[in-house]
Amino acid sequence: MIEAKPEEGLSVSRRAFLKTFGVSAAAAAAGQLDAVAQELSNADTEKLHGPGAVPITLNVNSKTLKLELEPRVTLLEALRDHLGVTGPKEVCDRATCGACTVLLDGTPIYSCSKLAIEAQGHAITTVEGLAKDGQLTPVQRAFVEEDALMCGYCTPGFVMSVTALLRKNPHPTPEQVKIACAGNLCRCGTYPRVMKAALKAAGVSTASNTEVISYASLA
Amino acid sequence: MPAWPEKRRWIGSRATRLDGPVKVTGAAKYTSDVQPEGWLCGMILRSKWPKAKIRKINLDKALKVPGIKAAVLARDGERTVRYYGEELAAVAGASKQACLDALKAIEVLVTPLPFVVREEDAREEPAPRVWEESPNLSKPSVNEKGDVDKAFTECAAVVEGFYTTAVQIHHPLEPHGNTVSWNEAGVTAWSSTQGVFSVRDGLASHLQVPQNQVRVICDYMGGGFGSKFGPGVEGGLAARLSKAAGAPVKLMLTRFEQALAVGNRPSSFQKIKLGAAADGTLHAFEFENYGTAGIGSGGATAGGGSGVELHAPYIYRVPNMRVKQSAVAIDAGSARAFRAPGSPPSCYGMEAIMDELAVKLNLDPVELRIKNDPSEVRRKQYRLGAERFGWKEKYRKPGTCPGVVKTGVGCGGATWGGGGNRRARAEAQVNPDGSVEVRCGTQDLGTGTRTLIALIAADTFGLTPDQIRVEIGDTRFPYGNDSGGSTTAASVCPAAYDACTKALAELQERTGVSDARGPNWPAACKKLGVNPLVMPGQWQEGLSSSGVGGVQFAEVEVDTETGFVRVRKVTCVQDCGLVVSKLTCESQVNGGIILGIGYALYEERVMDRHTGVVLNPNFETYKLPALADMPEIDIVLLDMPERGVIGIGEPVTIPTAAAIANAVANALGVRVPSLPMTPARVLAALGKTGGPA
Repeated sequence: MIEAKPEEGLSVSRRAFLKTFGVSAAAAAAGQLDAVAQELSNADTEKLHGPGAVPITLNVNSKTLKLELEPRVTLLEALRDHLGVTGPKEVCDRATCGACTVLLDGTPIYSCSKLAIEAQGHAITTVEGLAKDGQLTPVQRAFVEEDALMCGYCTPGFVMSVTALLRKNPHPTPEQVKIACAGNLCRCGTYPRVMKAALKAAGVSTASNTEVISYASLA
Repeated sequence: MPAWPEKRRWIGSRATRLDGPVKVTGAAKYTSDVQPEGWLCGMILRSKWPKAKIRKINLDKALKVPGIKAAVLARDGERTVRYYGEELAAVAGASKQACLDALKAIEVLVTPLPFVVREEDAREEPAPRVWEESPNLSKPSVNEKGDVDKAFTECAAVVEGFYTTAVQIHHPLEPHGNTVSWNEAGVTAWSSTQGVFSVRDGLASHLQVPQNQVRVICDYMGGGFGSKFGPGVEGGLAARLSKAAGAPVKLMLTRFEQALAVGNRPSSFQKIKLGAAADGTLHAFEFENYGTAGIGSGGATAGGGSGVELHAPYIYRVPNMRVKQSAVAIDAGSARAFRAPGSPPSCYGMEAIMDELAVKLNLDPVELRIKNDPSEVRRKQYRLGAERFGWKEKYRKPGTCPGVVKTGVGCGGATWGGGGNRRARAEAQVNPDGSVEVRCGTQDLGTGTRTLIALIAADTFGLTPDQIRVEIGDTRFPYGNDSGGSTTAASVCPAAYDACTKALAELQERTGVSDARGPNWPAACKKLGVNPLVMPGQWQEGLSSSGVGGVQFAEVEVDTETGFVRVRKVTCVQDCGLVVSKLTCESQVNGGIILGIGYALYEERVMDRHTGVVLNPNFETYKLPALADMPEIDIVLLDMPERGVIGIGEPVTIPTAAAIANAVANALGVRVPSLPMTPARVLAALGKTGGPA
């Protein structure tokens, strides 16, 4: 894909924005004028970016990648459209469904709601970066074994959320799995299986919720 | 007549999904992930007027936006748009950002027209007409049997109700869309679709290109639920943009667009009257319903068309009945088939009035159903399900649960077809090194089609599923029908089995090996020499059937202070013929129930009467069930291998909302008469607010 380079565009500095909208709103909200003053002084030292393409360096799955992107390009768009890393999916594009979940220094984030330019200097891990040498991770293996996926479009997001949970908390309760996956939506209805997979990856096996009974055996 | 093998090692097993590993690693390339060399991004400009005469659209400024390579009109000349979100034009450019800039630069000259977006407004004259040539409310279709008025006077009990269901949006997680390359070599489209052949034929006709010049590919797709047949307006636009730009164009819709223009389940407004003898035998039934399929109601499809018409009295038989149904057009996107079209609202209304009857006659709701349900299978399912669910222990008189948080139970039954399509084809290729390829044009919606084919081939050849390569989702492979009506498994499995059994017979004949299966396989294949063996197969009678029954039980708790409903448990008993893949079959049952929970409690498209827009076009405001909402789900699959393969996708979503609604009524002692049963509606039913009931 060729990068577009708009010649003109609206450029608003963070300082100008804070001056116009920030002070009164923030002050009214919390009365923390000192904090606002601090923000303003920080903003003074910031460089303006854009609106044209700027050099951006991302660390994705332990690889350093250099790009030229408009500052308004999201991390998700950078990954998918500019780097061909299509594991993270665009579903809602506004931080409600979790299909775009990636790890930023180990913490799960919505990559649709972070600008690529903001993700510089952080280690970004996508679903492609989990399995090493073709060996599925325990979480990925559990998702396959428990059939915690159908169409699979939400699956990368769930795998990342569960992976992040188990790294922090290797023995979660079902309640903790629910909280970890609260930011992920699935439309096919794989939730019960995602729960089983998360617990299985943590070493807890759960009983099947299905029984096959021969119709002929019924009275 | 052919029969499934007596000894089944893989068929019916819990073997894992063939494409599980590629889906958990991000390696599976969905339509939205395909990036052919030099691809451009495409986006659509949609009407921001719910109704308007489009005078002129000027694309010049859009074409000057840096990075933009093409811009096309959705339609030439003056036209009328009839809903907020109707397609006006489309652009293709080097980046999404360039496209966003270009959409803003398109100039549209319009004359706004009066519009109407609510069913109750649209049906009243003189509401603005959606289609100028006909009234919004269609002439009712009438189905009458016996002497219904006289019959009601003969009943020991008569109950009446008015129940409504909201418009539900499909919202597959992968949006609708295509990546299309149209050049001298022809048209290649990667489509997120439920029917590669329907996309091929639709594109060929729209673009005036021979069908053999159009190839449609769908390796992986992220859900459809009935809304992804044919290329859609967006598919045609992507193709035209590709030709104009001289490059492949990927045009995937946004989540907002999904809520406007690519289908929904019609609403229903059901007025029901049911009468029965003292022992509960149904005697008289009167049903009046209207609903909207958006602009799909009215105009050329007047008369209750576009899926508005419900099945009444659904699974029951009543000797005297009068059923009147009509459709009402509104200025909103058209309905499309949605997982078990027509059935969830039919089941909801009918099972609600059945419970009202049970209360009036002081009968157990399960017993009332067993008395009246004409299906022996379902009657047995009710007995089995009631026992597993603990119905007798849990059921009490409506509204008698003490405390602020009240519990209740309910049930409902369903039917569906799910038979095979006779035109389905497949082909099996046995290579001299013993490896096997099975090809079929069909697509996998996430139901596990690849896996089913591999299990069948493995059992036929005495191999393991990982030795089978299954190739699907391509119009260059043998014909596979559209995935609609839960027909894919019952179509594709017999065709694949036919190809494999014939390939085995041919292999044995050619090589002189009397039983080439299992341990003899490598040696037999080696005798083929240099040429692989390719054998076509087709759907065969006797390997599949149609017609399933299922019942579900639900237990809920309702907070009478907040109005919040929580489903505690769902028990599902479902017959499904020969279970080919246990694991993926169970997943589909879970999925159907969960969609039903959304229909019962959360999902509703909200239209704004004053601006004509969809007020909740995203997941912040259009609520889907989430992991934390999951009840305990108990599933019983009734195995009937002698019936062969039957589809499972749709029947399991039908009775869930009905069972939940009855459970809520049982908990409260009053009925929440509308789906979804939001906290506001629950509180209104309890008389605690002035909100909508």
